[in-house]
Amino acid sequence: MAYVIEARGLHKSFNGVKAVNGIDLRINEGEIFGLLGPNGAGKTTTLSMLATLIKPTKGSALVNGFDIRTQAHRVRGSIGFVFQDPSSDDLLTGRENLYLHALMYGVDMRDINRKMDDVLKLVDLTGVQHRRMKTYSGGMRRRLELARGLLHEPKVLFLDEPTLGLDPQTREHLWKYIKRLSTEKRVTIIVTTHYMDEADLLCDRVAIIDHGKIVALDTPANLKKRVGGDVVRISARSPNLRALRKLRYIKKIKTDGGLLTLTVDEAERHLQEILKVVGEVRSVESHFPTLNDVFLHFTGSEIRETEAEGGYFERMMHSGNR
Amino acid sequence: MGELNGLYALWYREFKVFLRERSRVVASVVQPLMWLVIFGTGLGASIALGGENYQTFIYPGILTMTSLFGSLFFGLYIIMDRRVDFLKEVLVAPLSRTTIFFGKVLGGATDGIIEVVILMLLGSLFFGIHFTVLSVIASLVAIFLLMVSILSIGLTIGSMMNSLEGFGLISSFVSFPLFFLSGALFPIKNLPSWLYAFVSVNPVSYAVDALRSMILGVPAAFGLVPDFAVLVAFALLMIGVGTWAFGRMRI
Ligand SMILES: Nc1ncnc2c1ncn2[C@@H]1O[C@H](COP(=O)(O)OP(=O)(O)O)[C@@H](O)[C@H]1O
Ligand SMILES: [Mg+2]
Repeated sequence: MAYVIEARGLHKSFNGVKAVNGIDLRINEGEIFGLLGPNGAGKTTTLSMLATLIKPTKGSALVNGFDIRTQAHRVRGSIGFVFQDPSSDDLLTGRENLYLHALMYGVDMRDINRKMDDVLKLVDLTGVQHRRMKTYSGGMRRRLELARGLLHEPKVLFLDEPTLGLDPQTREHLWKYIKRLSTEKRVTIIVTTHYMDEADLLCDRVAIIDHGKIVALDTPANLKKRVGGDVVRISARSPNLRALRKLRYIKKIKTDGGLLTLTVDEAERHLQEILKVVGEVRSVESHFPTLNDVFLHFTGSEIRETEAEGGYFERMMHSGNR
Repeated sequence: MGELNGLYALWYREFKVFLRERSRVVASVVQPLMWLVIFGTGLGASIALGGENYQTFIYPGILTMTSLFGSLFFGLYIIMDRRVDFLKEVLVAPLSRTTIFFGKVLGGATDGIIEVVILMLLGSLFFGIHFTVLSVIASLVAIFLLMVSILSIGLTIGSMMNSLEGFGLISSFVSFPLFFLSGALFPIKNLPSWLYAFVSVNPVSYAVDALRSMILGVPAAFGLVPDFAVLVAFALLMIGVGTWAFGRMRI
């Protein structure tokens, strides 16, 4: 089957600075595909190229079978885009913003009202559709823009950091809506994020992007498997690395001052022994690998994130001898 | 069909926003009134020009000024659209840049014409201006042509800039010479030749000349046919520039 999106060697430089540095993508119909990476990784730039908003410096891509370089108009007619920053007119009502969009995308006049009702219901905004957008909360605005992106029934929907700056509850709500779009409307969804939990819970497949390059691409579960074990973090005064290296079930040791990050087979069983040999321990924590660990594994650095992550177990043990 | 709907959409948006920003409408009418009342009365206390009182004399010039400043300022809104992602939302739509440009121009011209009609009403009610159906229509045509030209200039500047302050600076560099060298505030008959040269190469002068002739019933200094010819040519030229600028506009 043909891919909905097929990108080959996409590059983009801004005044000599490489923002996107050789990206290849093959995205299947109907999947929710995540581009996960820190700020400045090149996510927005990649989407902008696929949506023909900017021209690649090098490389090419087919979107819905149309070439982004030579068939920009047709590409644009076949996609929807929800931008990172607000993109509605605050002085217009939600419904008026939808109406504008429908006209710009050439939705048949006879269908416009029905389609607007339809997408408003999908994101539960029917009740506030006649209020000006400046009275909307961040979450409502996001939902309206999601609905708007769907109004012209695109085959592909790009979502650029759809839950940026929203509170955890609203974010979970939005995920629910996005999943609903994916199943009810069967659109292919490409979502960028720097939230690990979002990539994990929302996406069928995730590409980890750093410095304009894809460093890993797989399902969240497989990516976590590739970390190669559970993750144990130990803060110790003067860790005995030599002793640790002798333990064969420790696959990998990373040190950062007194902070150790170990990749361990079956951490549950071996934690006691590790703590015994490592020396004076300040604190220890162990969990199944998360996408955060995946990111660390593939890039050597962490995405800073303040939000707690779901879907893992965690244990804190504080040593008594301080 | 798609492009026409798109044109309507962009116009619709500008028009709705205009109707909701009452302060914008009020400000755009109050400012010319202050010119008429304060400047017109103040200078009119000492001078009269060819049988007209000074306030009446500058009335067509003040209509021109409103159209000029308002239209140029309209280019600022494109920078506001760029500051959020609204501009991207428009540019990612399957519409040609030409359509987007004309949508903006028509939206801006509609706003401007409404302001001018309000000023015409006030002029005939409080400033003793006698309009006829013909003079109203002909004046609106001339004003529309001027607005299209100046809107194109404003949008061209706006399409190339990111900063509101920078826009303000550049647009005042453009608007003040166009206004002061247009004969809006003084007759151009007895000017020294160097000043007349500036006035006669300024397209805005031809709008002032046509309006003054049609509204006050005085002979046109350049002639009505040359006035309209210049206005049409200027509008076409600026539309060309604006279309080009929108075509190469970056997000
Ligand atoms: N229009 C632009 N001009 C110059 N540099 C840009 C522009 N857009 C993005 N960049 C740079 O390109 C890099 C990638 O940016 P972006 O794609 O926005 O990253 P992300 O969306 O992953 O946060 C950043 O270093 C950013 O500063
Ligand atoms: Mg971004």
